[in-house]
Amino acid sequence: MNETHKVIAIEVLRYRPELDEKPFFQTYQVPFTEEMSVLQGLLYIKDELDGTLSFRWSCRMAICGSCGAMIDGVPMLGCHTFLRDYYPNKVRVEPLAHFPIERDLVVGADDFIGKLERIKPYIVPKEPRTLAEGEYLQTPAQLERILQFSSCINCMLCYAACPQYGLDPAFIGPGVLALLHRYNADSRDAARADRMQLVNAEEGVWSCTAVGYCSEVCPKGVDPANAVNQNKTASAADYFLHWLPKGSGK
Amino acid sequence: MKRSNAPIFWTLFGAGGMLSALIGPMLVLITGIAVPLGFLLPADLMSYPHMLKFAQHWAGKAFTFAVVSLFLWHGVHRIFHSLHDLGLKTATGAKLTCYGVALLGTALAAYSLLVIGF
Repeated sequence: MNETHKVIAIEVLRYRPELDEKPFFQTYQVPFTEEMSVLQGLLYIKDELDGTLSFRWSCRMAICGSCGAMIDGVPMLGCHTFLRDYYPNKVRVEPLAHFPIERDLVVGADDFIGKLERIKPYIVPKEPRTLAEGEYLQTPAQLERILQFSSCINCMLCYAACPQYGLDPAFIGPGVLALLHRYNADSRDAARADRMQLVNAEEGVWSCTAVGYCSEVCPKGVDPANAVNQNKTASAADYFLHWLPKGSGK
Repeated sequence: MKRSNAPIFWTLFGAGGMLSALIGPMLVLITGIAVPLGFLLPADLMSYPHMLKFAQHWAGKAFTFAVVSLFLWHGVHRIFHSLHDLGLKTATGAKLTCYGVALLGTALAAYSLLVIGF
């Protein structure tokens, strides 16, 4: 770093449970270059200014989904957001909204992980398949149905964006519902009936009020709002069909 | 997990939304602008005898019933969810009031359309 670098003020929400009664903002003056991301700004703080700052990160290229934060109030990946876009103003970095703060920018993901486990986020085959039977074949149209939803990196930005999850964390939430749809819509999967029980609940798709901000903030182009809408239709069909005598429906 | 009964209200909401999107603006134009101002349409188009005849025909009854009840179900569903967004957590009272209004409106529409005869 030399003196010709611009300097941006990064305001970080700090909270160290053993020291601080409540979270507070701390501002750091960070020299930066055109190509530096907000994550790199945080790394500069940690390496050069204040080693006590805690935040999650790993890949630096929007693949791992670890460095999500509220950047000037918007859920974003730190690695996918550039300091130059905020300069000459300061940039404010806070932990993801709607999650409990564990330490500084690190939030507790237990609720999200628990929900993710419940939807069986893997393909459950109709019957065991031997190696001799070969691979599953899928048409381009079948792949198209699941492709965008399989891009989810579990970064939880959509949860920080969702006002309904903020109001009631019992809601399964956008990301997990998008992944649920990814498996339910997969031609190789046979666990749809199990997952529909989650979809059909009030905490399933019916807590969503179609705000759509989840899809706006997704850094991977997933459209959770669309997955939820498709499943509202599926759940409504399931609801009216379950009144029919067994065997007469699907 | 317990199955939600939301699909009943959501399908009524959806049907009302579709119907209002398709014909709502046209109804506003006809009933609120064109007829009262005698513009494009004859001013007596919505006179009492005309409207009575309209509502006595089975197709007129079906149309009026669908518009009144489905618009209502659509509207109260939106209001109910907006109340939830404003932070009404225990919304049983709000739910009963909102959907009660729609149910009452639906019953009134059905009753009125029947008593005016065919």
